[in-house]
Amino acid sequence: MRTALIALLLFAMTPALAVEPDEILADPALEARAREIGKGLRCLVCQNQSIDDSDADLARDLRLLIRERLQAGDSDDAALAFVVDRYGDYVLLRPPLKPTTYALWLGPLVLFGIALFAVAFYLRRKKQSLETPRTLSEDEERRIQEILRRHP
Amino acid sequence: MRMKFLVPLLLFAGLVAVFLAGLGRDPSIVPSPLLGKPAPEFALPPLEAGMAGFKKEDLLGGATLVNFFASWCVPCKAEHPLLMQIKKEGRVRVAGIAYRDKPEAALKWLKQDGNPYDRIGNDPLGRTAIDWGVYGVPESYLVDREGRIRWKHVGVLMPDNWQKDFLPRIESLEK
Amino acid sequence: MIPELGHYALVLALFAAGVQAILGLLGAIRKDAYWILASGPAASTQFLFVAIAFLALTHAFVTSDFSVYTVAKYSHSAKPLLYKITGVWGNHEGSMLLWAFILAIYGQLLVSLGKKLPHKLRASVLGVQGCLSTGFLAFILFTSNPFLRLDPAPMNGQGLNPLLQDPGLAFHPPFLYLGYVGFSVAFAFAIAGLIEGDIGAAWARRLRPWVLAAWSFLTLGIGLGSWWAYYELGWGGFWFWDPVENASLLPWLAGTALLHSIGVVEKREALKSWTVLLAILAFSLSLIGTFLVRSGVLVSVHSFATDPARGVFILGLLAVAIGGALALYAARAQTLKAAPAFNPVSREGGLLLNNVLLVTASASVFLGTLYPLLLESVSEDKVSVGPPFFNATALPLLLPLVFAMAIGPFLPWKKADLFPVFQRLWLAGLASLAVAAGAFAFHTGKSPLALLGIGLAAWLLAGNGVLLAERLKLFRTPLGASLGRLRTLPGSFFGMLVAHSGIAVLVAGITGATLWQSEEIRALNPGDSVALAGYDIRFAGATRVAGPNYLADRGDFRVHRGDRLFATLTPERRYYPVEKRWTTEAAIHTTWMADLYAVLGEQAEAGGPWAVRLYHNPLAPWIWIGTLLIALGGGLSLTDRRVRGKGPKGPTDQKPQIGKA
Repeated sequence: MRTALIALLLFAMTPALAVEPDEILADPALEARAREIGKGLRCLVCQNQSIDDSDADLARDLRLLIRERLQAGDSDDAALAFVVDRYGDYVLLRPPLKPTTYALWLGPLVLFGIALFAVAFYLRRKKQSLETPRTLSEDEERRIQEILRRHP
Repeated sequence: MRMKFLVPLLLFAGLVAVFLAGLGRDPSIVPSPLLGKPAPEFALPPLEAGMAGFKKEDLLGGATLVNFFASWCVPCKAEHPLLMQIKKEGRVRVAGIAYRDKPEAALKWLKQDGNPYDRIGNDPLGRTAIDWGVYGVPESYLVDREGRIRWKHVGVLMPDNWQKDFLPRIESLEK
Repeated sequence: MIPELGHYALVLALFAAGVQAILGLLGAIRKDAYWILASGPAASTQFLFVAIAFLALTHAFVTSDFSVYTVAKYSHSAKPLLYKITGVWGNHEGSMLLWAFILAIYGQLLVSLGKKLPHKLRASVLGVQGCLSTGFLAFILFTSNPFLRLDPAPMNGQGLNPLLQDPGLAFHPPFLYLGYVGFSVAFAFAIAGLIEGDIGAAWARRLRPWVLAAWSFLTLGIGLGSWWAYYELGWGGFWFWDPVENASLLPWLAGTALLHSIGVVEKREALKSWTVLLAILAFSLSLIGTFLVRSGVLVSVHSFATDPARGVFILGLLAVAIGGALALYAARAQTLKAAPAFNPVSREGGLLLNNVLLVTASASVFLGTLYPLLLESVSEDKVSVGPPFFNATALPLLLPLVFAMAIGPFLPWKKADLFPVFQRLWLAGLASLAVAAGAFAFHTGKSPLALLGIGLAAWLLAGNGVLLAERLKLFRTPLGASLGRLRTLPGSFFGMLVAHSGIAVLVAGITGATLWQSEEIRALNPGDSVALAGYDIRFAGATRVAGPNYLADRGDFRVHRGDRLFATLTPERRYYPVEKRWTTEAAIHTTWMADLYAVLGEQAEAGGPWAVRLYHNPLAPWIWIGTLLIALGGGLSLTDRRVRGKGPKGPTDQKPQIGKA
């Protein structure tokens, strides 16, 4: 399985240059949108690159496809949806917010909250400790006397 | 023992369980959102004049194994014998789509090693492949008689996969 | 013959490691003076054998002994000598041997440099190291043996990935491993401390230099990898939040937190159980990173060819090492004595904030990296987590840290007032606003986030300046006196100053290179010109050249500013016949303030125009300069006299009395 994909990679990798001059649209506004969309789509035959950065054939095909859709009048969302409909959410580099990703997106916030709470409790204890003068307990008093007796 | 000190160990135990589960899997396989949905619209020309092309309507009327292949694809050669076998058994129709291939090269290969396909569509730009959610070759789809995609297999089709994933589904489709 | 020698040496090393583990740990637990003292020589013996094994493998690569499987698979006679040597660790088996070698080196360093450590502590630390070595050497011998032979030996090797034949990438693993493995010393100290129940200022003081060294090396290792990506991969990117990049960042973030909380333990005997946990965590993250790269659970640019059996073995190692440490922590952490109190606004509080931000950032990166795996194990759904997630979660945590870094060093221990500190930093605030305003004028219409980034960098840098000026009593005493004070400042102060300044420079560099980049992608014929960021770049054509093991097309670009020739860029597109691989070599012209970056693509058809990408990356060199400064800061801290043992002594500074166990 893995070898299949690696073999595929070797064939798919032509010596191209990610976004190539012949792909660039004449309209700079459309081209800018296409670049942004491309940066958010995962190249599925690469290891961790966007289609904007990748030189794989499939990446180029998708880049051309996005530009076609934009030229046909699709909005950014519609063009993205076109690709997601065919490849699933996996193709998005920014994981969409849906029930299965709540834990992901809310995680950092929750963790930060927990950390702040833990620290707040800890600091309050420390501050109280700083403010309440400590006196020696009976046991500690006895031990001090013992030590002073042994080492006058 | 204060409970809070146990938390890191418990979290770590959970992590090890997740890693263990992940070891058996191939992380590069992308699940298809098309399962259960109708196959996309397509009408592909044949590899050469005189041969039948391949269009969506051809999927109706019986279960079909749609196989995306290319003559430049080395792993495709590995699954070729199984495809020939499947064609011989005749339980499903076998259709091929040539992905980003030169027609002469594809024909030459099929002539050399044998043609397992009832129909072949030529997809030189890979657009139809994109509509099917293909991201590499070989990939194989099981399509039912109403043209709905029932299963997708990424990579070389092994007898194991055929037995475990395809045959049971084919059987339930035949009922 | 020599590979066999190496193989035998590895087996002997495994035994030595086992002996080291037993003598060290059990010796310390049983307080057996003989065993304690013998743990040192055991560690040296292990080091000797692993060194022999490593040298034997290097010899096999250098002499191109293709009867050794690893050499045949990953090397080639046509490779330049440098890359034959660095090829030793450019593969799974060899890199694991490098790991074990560095682990043994640290053991030997503990013996040679740790003479002032209390013997029982050192024995425990060596004991833990011995356990780790035993695990790794066993892993190598049973699943990843680099000395396996091929019979018959092939005539030549299968070459090495041309991407790896590169100085930056070739040296990145040793530095990275010196970092990863260095944290094992902190891990061992933590375990030793938990066993003895003796974690305090002395423990922290002894541990600190080891953490500094590991952290500095890791900084360099990450920097090298990032720098390589920048000049090799062809579009000026240097960080992709790739799972394995994250795997190296996580121990670095934890290590940075550890470095700071060790200071609190040392100066104030506070945050002890937290510091112990961080010490365990930093090395655990190193181990988990190793697992992720080699087990195949994640897809990454860096993944070595993977094998589930290896994955299971490493997971087992992880479970025993980390699980054992955390179990010990759970059992023994409460024996650590409670600490003296402090006000939330104080240096302790500031360092606590530092830790909270760093650890939460680590947790976010960890979550994002592993989320696809987590989700897949509980549902059918598959998502991918890319740069947008990490940028959205890590940055909001790390940027406030940069702001706080300028303030922290001004806070006294125990109790501080914030308002006076801000008053003293008025100059830094002014500098920050001035720089942001200047940046706005210069780069109008571009990212507002960039203004924040550059403003923060200026704030931190100027804040460090104010800190130094105050310490030197600049402008309040004669210049000579100030310079005199300079010489008496402790090494750790300089270290902090340089490292923090490095962060400022790094932030500025990252801001400029990502948010102010200019790009031109064109199809050019010889004679065509492109305007980029105020430069005029003329394409003079491309010629065919040959290298030692490749053929290349070399482009010639003349860069003019006005009518002055500013630079010549000669990017190449190379073909390596053995690997049948194409690579692009970008041409980069670096000045102190920016990089000009050119990449040559292919010709659409023979005689036609060439695809060309040109970039202007403002402040990009500051990324590397900043990283170097950070590592330098770590190194400077090592010159502090406390490291050389001239500090306060702790209660366990006793020599073991033989005969009075």
